[in-house]
Amino acid sequence: MSEPDNRQEAAMSESDVGRDGVRGARPGREAVTGARAGRRGGRRGRGERPMVPEAEFSSYYGTPVLNKPTWKPLDIAGYLYLGGLAGASSLLAAGGMLTGRPGLAAPARLGAAGAISLSLAALVHDLGRPARFLNMLRVFKPTSPMSVGSWLLVGYAPLALTAAATEVAGRYRLLGSAATLASAVLGPAVATYTAVLLSDTAVPSWHEGYRELPFVFAGSAATAASGLALAAAPPGQAGPARRLAVLGAALELGAFRAMKRRMGLAAEPFDRGGPRVLLRVSELLTAGGAALAVSRGRDRRLAVAAGAALLTGSAALRFGVFHAGVASAEDPRYTVVPQRERLARDG
Amino acid sequence: MRDAEDRHGNALYGPQPDVSGASGYPDAPPRVGFFTDTSVCIGCKACEVACKEWNAIPEDGLELTGMSYDNTRGLGADTWRHVAFIEQRKPLGGQEPGVAHDDVDVFAAASRLGTDTSSPGPVPAPAPAQAPDPRISPVSPDGRTELRWLMSSDVCKHCTHAACLDVCPTGALFRTEFGTVVVQEDVCNGCGYCVPACPYGVIDQREEDGRVWKCTLCYDRLGAGMEPACAKSCPTESIQFGPLEELRERARGRVAQLHAAGVTDARLYGDSPDDGVGGAGAFFLLLDEPEVYGLPPDPVVTTRDLPGMWRHAAVAAVSLAALALGSFARRPR
Ligand code: SF4
Ligand code: SF4
Ligand code: SF4
Repeated sequence: MSEPDNRQEAAMSESDVGRDGVRGARPGREAVTGARAGRRGGRRGRGERPMVPEAEFSSYYGTPVLNKPTWKPLDIAGYLYLGGLAGASSLLAAGGMLTGRPGLAAPARLGAAGAISLSLAALVHDLGRPARFLNMLRVFKPTSPMSVGSWLLVGYAPLALTAAATEVAGRYRLLGSAATLASAVLGPAVATYTAVLLSDTAVPSWHEGYRELPFVFAGSAATAASGLALAAAPPGQAGPARRLAVLGAALELGAFRAMKRRMGLAAEPFDRGGPRVLLRVSELLTAGGAALAVSRGRDRRLAVAAGAALLTGSAALRFGVFHAGVASAEDPRYTVVPQRERLARDG
Repeated sequence: MRDAEDRHGNALYGPQPDVSGASGYPDAPPRVGFFTDTSVCIGCKACEVACKEWNAIPEDGLELTGMSYDNTRGLGADTWRHVAFIEQRKPLGGQEPGVAHDDVDVFAAASRLGTDTSSPGPVPAPAPAQAPDPRISPVSPDGRTELRWLMSSDVCKHCTHAACLDVCPTGALFRTEFGTVVVQEDVCNGCGYCVPACPYGVIDQREEDGRVWKCTLCYDRLGAGMEPACAKSCPTESIQFGPLEELRERARGRVAQLHAAGVTDARLYGDSPDDGVGGAGAFFLLLDEPEVYGLPPDPVVTTRDLPGMWRHAAVAAVSLAALALGSFARRPR
């Protein structure tokens, strides 16, 4: 059936594939580009692979290599933010409860419950098929941060809601305390797993920062939760929130710096366009809010201002990181150049 | 990265000779895939059309990109095969059309049409012994053409380590007994996680539908013992379907053949089980760097680093708890 001639065989191959492979495939695929003109026979006939990595960057008409995330920014960046706020608030709630600061524990409990409810709503709203949300619980897959996160939320949300409900009802104190403590155990995971959610993608500006991003999010969660507590708790009981604001801000800003230093080219989208503005604003609000909280946090009105600044700063950070990632997926440069460099380095 | 490989028994990264077996099929048929030999692609888009028809993929807009003959742009929810067109001011090493029918009198041949049953058309020209007519082949003094077209039919790579599958929280994406990666549309809830996870930009969400879609490697046809629609329709057999091992061997031979013919640009892409995705189930013979075709030059499955990600997140979670502890511990009441 096969002819050595490079004239193409009639195209329709009649091969069959079964469970044991392909039968009857016709090897009519021997056309050699230009082989017909044998006039340079063997002139360049060395069989080496001419693959010297090029430093220059090329792409397919500038189109992206990746398909950019289809997540809606408000839903998913909001989800990251609210998850952090909830998780760290549970820590403040438990701490307030254990150290006799009911004025701190109460808003923290309510904040955790409210934030986690909203974040679940955002998550469901973002689904292409919201009615199939429960399919998230079909399987448990450690390789899928979203699966792990779904199960985490299934454990955490009822605890946070119970803690808040007993707070409002003013009854079942024991149940409320147990739920508060349990939610504080899961809270830090709720606040940081979202970093893995972003990093476990091919999006350069999310993936390359996978070492530091959980710390950025942990710090950002701490500032958000302390912001809420500062705004809502009586200054006399908000001491831990003020200190947490400073510690969280330091962790967030420090980890972000370290992350950008390590990321190389993939850090660039953080310093361009919209994400740059968001992250700059976030930095100012977070640092300013934390500074205001420790210095003047005993003044009720300034504490509210500091709290608002911290809450906004944390939100701006999540939106900035989200949009920077999308921008890095939209430009083939961030995909191609680091991979080229890696090839040149590792051979 | 070697240690990661050892620790996880190649579940996330590295060569995996038995993908179906590792996914729980004890007596799986050989893994199948595509070898797309772009050197014989003529850009007819038969594969694109066949795929759309067979899979009843909805029409997704008739737009002119203005950049080339490619108005499809790239793979997505409604494009599971995509033919890239690249026009380059670059000589194609050794290219020679070889179809200059200079010595054929077409009028004489036409007048014989229908009268001579043994010769319904012009007889194929014998291989030209000397340089072809410069009017037909714009050859520069060194014997190379000045312009070349690269055409390549892209498709889901059906990765050995498929990020889309790894990150799918519902289990909608699964590994078939043929070693391919398929979305179950009755399970997918449109969470969209697989979309940014794919290092090749293959899978995407269909807006009006909410779910994600991509090449199934014609799972329905494979089950019935047929070859995929795109391969079936390819008139030049640029798209070759078969057991992966066989295709890899054939591809190596093809590269050697092209190199010997002076097409030194020819190289394989995605064929090696040692690459970042453990080897692609659909691999390619390219005539330029992968990125020229819109392919990533060195893709790595994102879940290679997942153990490290979880470790860092765990330490970060503990740090957050420690910060909280510190904020309370400093001034107990
Ligand atoms: S190419 Fe992308 S969509 Fe296809 S199997 Fe690999 S990761 Fe999944
Ligand atoms: S969009 Fe569908 S296929 Fe993709 S990860 Fe989510 S559930 Fe899985
Ligand atoms: S294998 Fe089937 S689904 Fe995949 S590109 Fe070819 S025709 Fe389309």
